[in-house]
Amino acid sequence: MIEIKDLHKSYKMGKNSLHVLKGINFSVKEGELVSIMGSSGSGKSTLLNILGMLDEADSGSYTLDGVPIKNLNEKLAAQYRNKFLGFIFQSFNLINYKSALDNVALPLYYQGVNRAERMERSMAYLEKVGLAKWASHKPNELSGGQKQRVAIARALASDPKVLLADELTGALDSKTSYEIMDLIQQINDEGRTILVVTHEEDIAQMTKRIVNLKDGVIIDDKYVNQVRAIQNV
Amino acid sequence: MFSLERWQEIFETISKNKLRTFLTGFSVGSGIFILVILLGVSVGFQNGIENQFQNDAENIINIYPGETSIEYEGFNEGRRIQLKNEDYALVTKSSSNEIEYSSSMYQIFAGLITYKSESGSYRVEGVMPDYQFLEKAEIIEGRFINTNDLDGNEKYVVIGNRVKKDLFKEGSPIGKQVKISGLNFKVIGVYTDPGGDREEGRVYVPLTTAQIVFGAGTDIRSIGLTLPKEDNYDLALKNSSAFAAKIEQLLKKKLQIAPKDESAIYINNNIENTKEVYILIGAMRVFFWGVGIATLLAGIIGVSNIMLIIVKERTKEIGIRKALGAEPLSIVGMILHESIFVTAISGLLGLIFGLVLLEVVGPYIELDFIRNPSVNFSIAVSTLILLIAAGAIAGFFPAWRGAKIKPIDALRDE
Ligand SMILES: Nc1ncnc2c1ncn2[C@@H]1O[C@H](COP(=O)(O)OP(=O)(O)O)[C@@H](O)[C@H]1O
Ligand SMILES: [Mg+2]
Repeated sequence: MIEIKDLHKSYKMGKNSLHVLKGINFSVKEGELVSIMGSSGSGKSTLLNILGMLDEADSGSYTLDGVPIKNLNEKLAAQYRNKFLGFIFQSFNLINYKSALDNVALPLYYQGVNRAERMERSMAYLEKVGLAKWASHKPNELSGGQKQRVAIARALASDPKVLLADELTGALDSKTSYEIMDLIQQINDEGRTILVVTHEEDIAQMTKRIVNLKDGVIIDDKYVNQVRAIQNV
Repeated sequence: MFSLERWQEIFETISKNKLRTFLTGFSVGSGIFILVILLGVSVGFQNGIENQFQNDAENIINIYPGETSIEYEGFNEGRRIQLKNEDYALVTKSSSNEIEYSSSMYQIFAGLITYKSESGSYRVEGVMPDYQFLEKAEIIEGRFINTNDLDGNEKYVVIGNRVKKDLFKEGSPIGKQVKISGLNFKVIGVYTDPGGDREEGRVYVPLTTAQIVFGAGTDIRSIGLTLPKEDNYDLALKNSSAFAAKIEQLLKKKLQIAPKDESAIYINNNIENTKEVYILIGAMRVFFWGVGIATLLAGIIGVSNIMLIIVKERTKEIGIRKALGAEPLSIVGMILHESIFVTAISGLLGLIFGLVLLEVVGPYIELDFIRNPSVNFSIAVSTLILLIAAGAIAGFFPAWRGAKIKPIDALRDE
């Protein structure tokens, strides 16, 4: 599903240049649930942003679902993001003047789906994350866990190939974190490919594979026995 | 722009951010309001100035007969020329689509007018309906002479305000009978004239009636006419000079006058005396448009600034939208659409408000230099078009800014 080879990325800051990714090789097959681990500043988000086509690598190759991701202009990148990817962020990134339902429907709006169908499909995803009753509520009327559920429903709405989550439990207490991870595991059980960036060991243990990043290179990449989140709730 | 989906999206955004929408709208709405009022006042000024400087229509062309000074086609010099109805018909028919107002006139200079025990000597002029506009007579009671009065040779009279004061003291003269040269005439109207007492000491009767009553046959004393107004003095002068030359030639041929004869026909082109007025009005108009546009420009810059702030405030939202698949062009479209929509609606409100105010208050304003401020339809329409353009201009920079927002920067967790 994802294949990257010899990926390099550095940030220029004035005269200095910060080499963040120093040759990353790694691939993800369909249906995997992978966590990318590493201490703060190790380049996890940078890697995820490149995978998410929000940022571009300096060199190396990236193939997503057989499509080479290269020299994208903004328009094409937007189309690919909409078609292939669903994003889940640490700070939720919901639009605060829109209801939960309208937030979930936004990717479908950019897909050109008509309003009636948008609402119907979005409602189904809200139901899936257990928030059907909250459909008309604005984000500021929801708890952190509920907001992240809305964000997950939104990420799923466009039926993407891959979900990309950056510290998705970073703003949540541990009980809520485990509930969210339970939802992630259920979604993965249905066959969806998911990449989770985290620096928390317990969250990483709830995925099926842990990739360890340090100083811009992968130092460890192993499959683990998945801990079911539901047992910790 | 016409996708229903986008309208819904825009409408949702606007209605859920009411304060923001109101602030944006207010600056444009008030800008347009001020523009409309200014333009109205400018028209008022124009009316006032024309009134102050000109007793008669400033573009009036008067045609009087004289005496020949050159012998021609068997006629001796010194022949008196007499204009007749057919000459008026010739002039007006030959140029019916160039002429705005026209009337021929027959007058006697000292007609005795009596009402009950009061009487006085006034000029009595037989005229046509357009004469009102040539003279700039303004009806304050009743009405002016109309075509039916001419066709029916009615014994109706429209009297000047001074005549009214002299003969009627108080009470309305409308419907009263006065005697003119011994015959009964019914008063149908009272007028004022910017020419003041002198020009208000006249009475108007239907031309046909005057010709019968005074035994004039088909004789007329003069012909007056105007061409449609031009904003540009030089053009107005050029048009009317050419027109006057054409009429002169036409009449000389018909009346068998030598082409070089300078005293047989006088064509008095009033516009030659009104250059200053034109220049003043032109300067006025430039001034008011200038101030108006500057006001509007300030409004546009205001909106643009507000939109810029909005875009900045919405950086995160735009980042989210882009991450979810919004193309740069759709962001541009969204911001422009919102800007134009808000500008157009609020501008429209300002426009309507301004027009209503002018309509209601305007007619009551009669200062020396401001009369009846008003805005015509075409100005209102051009303002509206200006508005849409204003919305687009105001939205352009913010939209451009919005399109350049990188989702990765917008979404970075602080
Ligand atoms: N836009 C940027 N400009 C300059 N330096 C950056 C930028 N983004 C990230 N960095 C730096 O790159 C390094 C890796 O950052 P990041 O990928 O966010 O790490 P992580 O997510 O693992 O904490 C950090 O040292 C960070 O300061
Ligand atoms: Mg990070």
